[in-house]
Amino acid sequence: MMNPSRRATRVLTLVNPFSKRAQPSAMMDRYSWYEIVLIYLGIFVFLFFMLAPFLEGFLVSLKPLSQLFSTPYSFWPENGSFEAYVTMWERIPYFAIYIFNSLLIATVATLIVLALVVPAAYAFARFSFRGMPLLLGAFLAVSMFSGAVLLIPLFRLMRTLGILNTYWAMIIPGAAFLIPSAIWLLRTYMMRIPPELNEAAYMDGASQFYTFRRVILPLARPGIIVVAIMTFIGAYAQQFIFALTFNSKTEFMPLPVGLFAFFGRQEVIWNELMAASFVGIAPALVIIFFLQRYLVGGLTAGAIK
Amino acid sequence: MTQSRAAWYFAWALLAPAIIYVLVIVAWPLVETVRLSFTDASLRKTVNYVGWENYTRIFDRDFAEIILRTFSWTFFSVLLKMVIGMFGAVLLNCAVPGRNLFRILTMPPWIVPMAIGIFMWGWMYNGQFGMISGLLQRFGFVDGPVAFLAYGNTAYWATIVTDVWIGVPMVTIYFLAAIQAIPRDLYEAAWTDGASRWYRFRRITVPLMAPAIITMSMLSLIATFNSFDIIWILTQGGPSGSTTTMIIDTYQTAIGSKKYGQGAARAVVICIFLSLFCLAYFRMTRKLSRQEKV
Repeated sequence: MMNPSRRATRVLTLVNPFSKRAQPSAMMDRYSWYEIVLIYLGIFVFLFFMLAPFLEGFLVSLKPLSQLFSTPYSFWPENGSFEAYVTMWERIPYFAIYIFNSLLIATVATLIVLALVVPAAYAFARFSFRGMPLLLGAFLAVSMFSGAVLLIPLFRLMRTLGILNTYWAMIIPGAAFLIPSAIWLLRTYMMRIPPELNEAAYMDGASQFYTFRRVILPLARPGIIVVAIMTFIGAYAQQFIFALTFNSKTEFMPLPVGLFAFFGRQEVIWNELMAASFVGIAPALVIIFFLQRYLVGGLTAGAIK
Repeated sequence: MTQSRAAWYFAWALLAPAIIYVLVIVAWPLVETVRLSFTDASLRKTVNYVGWENYTRIFDRDFAEIILRTFSWTFFSVLLKMVIGMFGAVLLNCAVPGRNLFRILTMPPWIVPMAIGIFMWGWMYNGQFGMISGLLQRFGFVDGPVAFLAYGNTAYWATIVTDVWIGVPMVTIYFLAAIQAIPRDLYEAAWTDGASRWYRFRRITVPLMAPAIITMSMLSLIATFNSFDIIWILTQGGPSGSTTTMIIDTYQTAIGSKKYGQGAARAVVICIFLSLFCLAYFRMTRKLSRQEKV
C-alpha cells in the first residue's frame, strides 16, 4: 500500500532555504579569492540563462521598430523610449480587457480551489479512515495528467453544458488541475495543528463542524493564505491550452492567448508585443518581490506534487 | 463509538465536493477518452464503434517516430534540467554575499505566465534580428543569420532549451532545500579530515541527495512528457514535424483535424505511458521512504 503520509514527513524535514538556520558558521565556508571569483562567475552564467529573455525582452520594448528590424544586431537600444508602452494600447485594443480577464480567471479559479481544498485537506490531515490514503494518492495522480490528453471529452463536456466560449470554460478545467498540489500543501500545513485541540473541543461538547469552523480554520489561516497565493500564481501562469481550445471570443481571452494572436502574424510589432508582455508579467513580479518568504516555503512543498 | 461514526460521516462530507469535482472534470473525461478511442467520432453527428481500428491505424512508422522523438526530447530536457539545476543549487548554496538576492532572481521563469516567457524566447530565436543569432554572428561563430526555428535540428534543440529554462528554477530551489537538509557535521567531519571541497561534494552531497535527485527526475519526467505550450507557441510541431511530440500530435489530430476518435486513441497511448511513470514514481518514493526508516 502506498503511504503518502510518510512522504509528508520527509517533505517537512526539508529546510526552507531562506531561513536563518542555514547561515554559514564554520571556517570551512571560507573561500580563497579564486574560489570566490569562480562562484560569482558561475552564478553570473546561471542567472544570465535565467534572466536573458527578460533582459532582451525589456530592451526590445525600448527599441524603435526601425532599429529592431535592422542588421547588424545591436544589443543596446539607441534612441530608446517607452513609446511602445503607449502605442500598444492602440494596436492591441483589447489589452486592458485581456489583463482583466487573466486576473478574473485566476481569481475565480483560486476561490473554487480553496472552497474545495480547505475541507478536503483538513479531512486528509486529521482523519484516517479506510480508503483515504488511496484517495490521496488518486488526487496526487491527477496532477500527473495534463489537460492536453483530456481535451476531447472536456471539449464535448463544455459544449454539453453550454459554456464553450465563456469564462467558465477556462476556469472550471483549469481549477481541477490546481487541486492536487493545493491539497498536498495545505494538508502538510494542517497536520501541524495539534490534534489535542480536537479532543479538547470534543470534551467541551463542540460538534465536528463547529470545531472545524471555529478552532481549525482560524489556526490554519496562514497556511490557507500561502495556498491561495500559490494557486493564484499557478492559475495566472498557466492560462493557455484551455483558453486556446475552449474559447474563441476575443473579449473573453486571457492575456497569453490574446497576445498569441499577435505572435502568429506575418509582421509582428515586436517592441509593442514585448511591452505588453512586460505589463502582463508585472503582477507576478510584484508577488515575487513582496511575498518571496512565503513563496519559497510554498514552492518547495508544492514541488512534491 | 458514536463519535467515530460521526467523524466518519464528517470526514467524507468534507471530501465529497473535491471528489465530485475531480470525478467530473478529470476521471470521467479519462474514461470517455478510452470510449471515444474505439469510435470514429468526428464533427459528424453519427458515431460508430470501430473496434481497434484507430489503434491499428496509428501504429505506423510515423507514430513510432513520434514516440521515439517524444522520449529523446524528454530525456535531453530532463537531463539538462537536473544538471543545470544541480549546478545552480550548489552555487546558490555557497556562503557568498548577495545569495538571497540570487535565489530570488532564479524564480521568474517559473512564476511569470509561461506563454509570455515563451514569446520572449521566440524573439531571441529570430534569425534576422534575434539576440542569439545576432551575438553568434558578432562574435564570429557563424557567418550568416541562423533562424533557429526554421530548421528541424535547431528547432528541436531550441524547444528543449526553452523547456529547460522553465523547468530549472523549480529543480534548483528543490535541490537547494535538499542540500541544506544534509547534516552539517558530516561536512565538518570531512573538512577536519582534510577532504577537499570537490571530494566532499562527490562523497557527501551527491550520495545524500540521491533520493531528491530521483524524486525530482521523476516529477520532471512527467511534467516534460506533458509539455505543450512551449512547442505549440514556438513551432506548432514544425518544421515538417521535427518538434512534434505525442502531446502535439494528439492536439493536431483531435483539435486541429477534428478527428476525435483517432485523437482519443493517441491520448490513450499517452495516458498509458503516464500511468507507468506514475506507478514508477509512487513505487520509488515508497522504496526511498522505507530506506529512510532503516
